[in-house]
Amino acid sequence: MALADSRVNVNLAGLSRNDYKGSPSTLCQGCGHNSISSQIVAACFELNIRPEKIVKFSGIGCSSKSPTYFLNRSFGFNGLHGRMPTLALGAMFGDTSVRGLGVSGDGDTASIGMGHFKHLARRNTPMVYIVENNGVYGLTKGQFSATAEEGLELKRQGINTYLPVDICMEALVTNASFVARGFAGDPKQLKTLLKAALVHDGLAVIDIISPCVTFHNKENSFHSYQWGKDNEAPLHDITFVPSRDEITLEDFEPGSTTEVTLHDGSLIILKKLDKDYDPTNRFEALRVLEEADQNNSLLTGLLFVEPGAKTLFDRYNLPETPLNRLTPEQIRPTRESLQEVNKMMFLQD
Amino acid sequence: MTQEARQEMVKEIATPDRIVNNFVITFGTVNGSGSATANTMIMRALFDMGIPVSGKNIFPSNIQGLPTWYTLRLSKDGYLARVEEDDIVIAMNPATIRKELDSLIPGGVLFYPDDLKFEITRDDVVLYPMPIKKITKEADVSPSLRDYVANMVYVGVLTEMIGIEMDSIRKALRFHFKGKEKSIQINFHIIEQAAQWAKENLTKVDRYYVERMDATHGYIMTDGNTAAALGSLYGGIEFAAWYPITPASSLAESIHEYAPMLRQEKETGKDTVVVVQAEDELAAIGMAIGAGWSGLRALTSTSGPGLSLMTEFLGLAYYSEIPVVVWDVQRVGPSTGLPTRTAQGDLTFVYFLGHGDTNFVILLPGSVNECFEFGWKSFDIAERLQTPVIVLSDLDLGMNEWMAPQFEYPDLPMDRGKILWEEDLQNFEDLHGVAYGRYKDVDNDTIPYRTLVGNQHPKAPYFTRGTGHDENANYSEDSDVWLKSMDRLKRKFQNAVQYTPKPEIVDNGSHIGIITIGSAGFPVLEAQDMLAAQGIKTDLMRIRSLPMHQEVRDFIKKHEYCYIVELNRDGQLHQIISMKMFDSHLDLRKVAKADGLPLSAKWIVNEILKIEEVKNGVS
Repeated sequence: MALADSRVNVNLAGLSRNDYKGSPSTLCQGCGHNSISSQIVAACFELNIRPEKIVKFSGIGCSSKSPTYFLNRSFGFNGLHGRMPTLALGAMFGDTSVRGLGVSGDGDTASIGMGHFKHLARRNTPMVYIVENNGVYGLTKGQFSATAEEGLELKRQGINTYLPVDICMEALVTNASFVARGFAGDPKQLKTLLKAALVHDGLAVIDIISPCVTFHNKENSFHSYQWGKDNEAPLHDITFVPSRDEITLEDFEPGSTTEVTLHDGSLIILKKLDKDYDPTNRFEALRVLEEADQNNSLLTGLLFVEPGAKTLFDRYNLPETPLNRLTPEQIRPTRESLQEVNKMMFLQD
Repeated sequence: MTQEARQEMVKEIATPDRIVNNFVITFGTVNGSGSATANTMIMRALFDMGIPVSGKNIFPSNIQGLPTWYTLRLSKDGYLARVEEDDIVIAMNPATIRKELDSLIPGGVLFYPDDLKFEITRDDVVLYPMPIKKITKEADVSPSLRDYVANMVYVGVLTEMIGIEMDSIRKALRFHFKGKEKSIQINFHIIEQAAQWAKENLTKVDRYYVERMDATHGYIMTDGNTAAALGSLYGGIEFAAWYPITPASSLAESIHEYAPMLRQEKETGKDTVVVVQAEDELAAIGMAIGAGWSGLRALTSTSGPGLSLMTEFLGLAYYSEIPVVVWDVQRVGPSTGLPTRTAQGDLTFVYFLGHGDTNFVILLPGSVNECFEFGWKSFDIAERLQTPVIVLSDLDLGMNEWMAPQFEYPDLPMDRGKILWEEDLQNFEDLHGVAYGRYKDVDNDTIPYRTLVGNQHPKAPYFTRGTGHDENANYSEDSDVWLKSMDRLKRKFQNAVQYTPKPEIVDNGSHIGIITIGSAGFPVLEAQDMLAAQGIKTDLMRIRSLPMHQEVRDFIKKHEYCYIVELNRDGQLHQIISMKMFDSHLDLRKVAKADGLPLSAKWIVNEILKIEEVKNGVS
């Protein structure tokens, strides 16, 4: 896959950044979700993906409104609270050459739709699954979500007494084939993670800590900008290298990088920081998450990737032509075959 | 009293006439004992002899151990409904033998294992003990198979005693074991042994006989769930998502089973239908709606509890105009209810399904042939109208085997509705004078055009949402926009009758109408004949879809009064018709009950006669 220079005006698909834009955001000023939308636009533009080759999905909540704020030239479906994975799974069978991009929130994924999220991962449904995670219900004016940390104080509800759900851990134990965590306030890393997710052939979960500026931005809170900025511990520097553009490799010193080859031959290059992190080891991913939690730090980066994992579509023997373009003749069995069927029903003739 | 003396006495009680091809055999067995194979085999053998036959399985919600009954009705006149009395009982279950003995009509017959000890409380029935243990012991089969082959002993004894042709038994065996010679031989051998024993040791003193007829030519034997699955496959189904639930599971399983035969591309070996077992019913309907949205002919199948979970999603599909087909194979509710028993109790639920103002197109198949027909037709209707279509079958129709005319190939070309691909969008504006918008009623027929995922034309994509939206699918909370779209949806629903199946009407020129739906039609047909024999002529209307056609209103207005016969407590069809025809001051009489069993003609007749007496003073 070729990569457009981030500074050019027209990418290799012949499209400008404007062709990737969405409608103006109606979310709060400064909402982390808006910067995520911008990075989705940038990632798709730079990957030269035609917007028509993306299909957007979302559930219900602030996060789920955001798909209208990017890629207006993509089909999109804003469905029911927590049920986005189910709609996405069904819809993507229509044309499997179109890349699914789901945007969910912590209420959507970690509460009402937890079951669907886990099953989407279990089936390795090939799509990008973004969780815009702010630990709070925004649209209903500030209730705790299942990812809110214990002891968090909110104006109306007081102190949260429950333990939080860690979406990355949930994804890991359900055999998701790509698990990453990003921070809305770190656009550079986020864009790289999004690019890698977009070319990963399997379910790519990115849990993005995306602070809520209105209901949940106390400085000492895990989901606030200030806390995120002070406590973010990137796992590694990540560079995404498309398959036919390997020259970028020269920018890195051998020995200090781990390369992960994605399905189309492109590479993710992880520049190691203070430890020898292996992103293909699921247990190691769980361990570093647990460790970060103990150290009260926000671990970001690509936690786990399994490039060759069998996907949902690999489990079916689908025709070359997208199912939704098959003709009536291709999907109605012949008249003669019905005689056979009748015989199978103990036909008396 | 000695056995001989008893038999003599029974002979006297019993009418001297032979009863041929017109009686009921009930098999009382233990769930999980493999009796279904034996019972279905007898049914097929009788069917092969040209005798009209129907079978009803009354089973518990259990894998193994609880009592289960299978009732076979032979009806030379072709009636397929349940009857309440048993003529012959094969009592294999010690736990229920007393009940079975009581259920026999005078002159009836009880077959039972000779080692079964029970108090004989009837002196007006024929008793035939069977040496089940002895024959199975002598048979050369592994001990683990003994219980299973025990069923073949009663097949053999019954075959001999009522005169089933051995050749038909062999055909039924061959069909069941799909030509596997060894299995056929083992079973046939035991049947022959048992028949031989009966010939040598039992004296026939009952009056029940079967004789070859020619009433099943061109007929098949199948269940409604299989028929629905096959119909769907002929309708071009491309996506099925489901979650296991009795009595609907076998519908989706049959799609899976027949797909390789019917829907694999010859040249490439690729599959043109996808079946996904979802994590729950919410997911099943979500997947099906997602698939329907992206242009696939999509289906989910469930029963009442599952449909309850699917309700929110169906509201979304209604408002965002997505075609999807939902089969509800009804069982007895509320709650878990009687999960293995039949009912027509989801009618008003489905009619009013969803929050806010919604309407759903409902199809009401009344036979396995209609399960097949509505199987393919439901996709045409759903895609034409861009709306969910809910098909209400039931456990009796869906899971029991029915004799039926063979399936007929779809007599209409596939209707994919209004779909625009890249080339269609090129000249859309020239053709319609406006730019494409997902919800624009450019044809002024209430149905807009839709584009599908994968369409590469830059003008094709739109954003689907369950929130308020305008003609271009953009978010809107504008009151006028909302009113306009909801008004169009209402008109679209009213126009559905152009595409949905009309009622089946039998006009005998009577002033009394009987209205019914679905599988209740079978006992109603028989009840009509019984009433006619008593001098009460009736006309029939079986409603096959909702919203109501004009023909339904006309039928009701034309008759002095109508009985509405259905299998639920509240008379749900009666409620809907009363509500829709509120102004008419009509005499609509409710004949409804739900006790878990299919209605019988006798009950319907009694109910109607009771009401006739009260209202008309007819005795």
